Amino acid sequence: MTAKAAGHDDEPGIAAGEAAAGTRPVAGARRAALGDPLVELLFRLGDDRLILGHRLSELTGHGPILEEDIATANMALDLIGQAASMLKLAGELEGKGRDEDALAYFRDAVQFRNCLLVEQPNGDFAQTMARQFLFDAYSVLLLDELSRASHAGIAAVAAKSLKEAKYHLRHSSEWVLRLGDGTDESHARMQRAIGALWRFTGELFVADEVEAAAAAKGAAVDLSGVQARWDTMVDDVLARATLRRPTDTAMQRGGRSGRHTEHLGHLLATMQIVARSHPGATW
Amino acid sequence: MEPTPNAPADETALNAAFEAKIAAGDSIEPKDWMPERYRKQLTRMMSQHAHSEIVGMLPEGNWITRAPSLRRKMSLIAKVQDEAGHGLYIYCGTETLGVDRFDLYNQLLDGSAKYSSIFNYPTLSWADMGVIGWLVDGAAIVNQTVLAKTSYGPYARAMVRICKEENFHKRQGYEICATLAAGTPAQREMLQDAVNRFWWPALMMFGPSDKDSPNSAELLRWRVKRKTNDELRQRFVNLTVPQAQAIGITLPDPDLRYNEATKNWDFGEIDWAEFFEVIKGNGPCNKERLAARNKAHDDGRWVREAATAYAEKQAKKRQTEAA
Ligand SMILES: [Fe+2]
Ligand SMILES: [Fe+2]
Repeated sequence: MTAKAAGHDDEPGIAAGEAAAGTRPVAGARRAALGDPLVELLFRLGDDRLILGHRLSELTGHGPILEEDIATANMALDLIGQAASMLKLAGELEGKGRDEDALAYFRDAVQFRNCLLVEQPNGDFAQTMARQFLFDAYSVLLLDELSRASHAGIAAVAAKSLKEAKYHLRHSSEWVLRLGDGTDESHARMQRAIGALWRFTGELFVADEVEAAAAAKGAAVDLSGVQARWDTMVDDVLARATLRRPTDTAMQRGGRSGRHTEHLGHLLATMQIVARSHPGATW
Repeated sequence: MEPTPNAPADETALNAAFEAKIAAGDSIEPKDWMPERYRKQLTRMMSQHAHSEIVGMLPEGNWITRAPSLRRKMSLIAKVQDEAGHGLYIYCGTETLGVDRFDLYNQLLDGSAKYSSIFNYPTLSWADMGVIGWLVDGAAIVNQTVLAKTSYGPYARAMVRICKEENFHKRQGYEICATLAAGTPAQREMLQDAVNRFWWPALMMFGPSDKDSPNSAELLRWRVKRKTNDELRQRFVNLTVPQAQAIGITLPDPDLRYNEATKNWDFGEIDWAEFFEVIKGNGPCNKERLAARNKAHDDGRWVREAATAYAEKQAKKRQTEAA
């Protein structure tokens, strides 16, 4: 995966990840770049969890209370464990001999398929928990659908992850409640965090050709149904937390096609530095 | 346990009963009477231990984001999480001695409490994650295996439970070292460098030499300590030398040699000046470690306040609903 994007650099409308795969610009390229949709779907699932788990792992030892350090580490462990299973399966289906470590450590940012939400920095504890809550609600609903997929491998990894995701959702929604309905300061911080992250939530529900093709291969997800349930779930928690649902509807997207925010490159630079400094080494 | 006016006579009897228990090898439990000095010594030891677990999260936490494989990343997160659990568990244990763990924690934050000197050394490469598991958790196990037989029941039981996890950490750390030792030249070099940096500080973990350890005699008599610092240090060296040999790593001590007469590995003089400087707060990372703990504590203040406020609101709500 070292093909240079050179020559495509100034083409608008082409994600570098697709360029690296050796395709031509714009809409046609998108379709041509689409390999096995199940692999693509597993990249999305795995990368979401790898990047969010990594973000949480940055906090180990720096939490507001010891009990929360333990809980945060737990969630990081669950998410990275889920990512490892999903990327392993992606690598097997892809058939290019890449295991979960090769996928985690030797892809560039443009080849990552996580949503923009999970790569956002930890910020203060309100931002960390708001990000977690917005993702967990989506994750539970999505995994619930996938746990019933006819593709056995995907159904199994989704079912196992779902149990953990439900626990995470309980934890993060409790913090949204505590902070939203705690003190004036915590309320203001949580409201600000929800507001700052809101623009990254639209992307979660944008169905594209990957969903359609994955459905045909035994991993159907009804993203508009997920969105409707997500809206209800999020509205309920926000209301109980005395928080306003942001009204701005301008949404950012791009993660699913490798166009990330500037944050991801820095995250990967840290995450991949040792592995890439010693190519071929065993750890 | 405030002494009453006629306490002296009572206290003599109580003290005799306490000493008899110690002599019989029985464990002292929280409800038992104990001399104030025993209580103080245990509070000191247990809180220093708890602080060490908590500060000890930082040097290893430093490499979580750079762990070179997903498996290593997860096991490192799990290890640091275990240390948080140990800290919490021992802090709770100190409360059986009638102290408030938040007071103890404040002593850590304001720099007046001590913790293990080893955590004031920086972690400079991935190999440090192997070497800390192998040597630092290894040294902790030698200490804690003996503490599992300490006379204070709650501390002894905590050590039994914690030791199991420390053993796991040690095995995991040694496995990282063995993998690096069998790896590329750069990996072997990284490992040797980490051992060079951590060997002497690991030996210092057992505390000052017996001749400079003022509390030792009393602690041994009360069976709080079961072995002297030097005895434990020697045991650790004897255990570790063959492990280093097995993976082809050189321990950085030209005086290290086997003594046929004593069946011990003799080792060189520890740089005690360095040890006391680190204890005084002048180690390479003392300031950074305390600053990190204080930052987490200060940044978390509004979160803790919010949690308290929310809990109060909920309690009030339940009250009015019940009324
Ligand atoms: Fe520990
Ligand atoms: Fe440990």
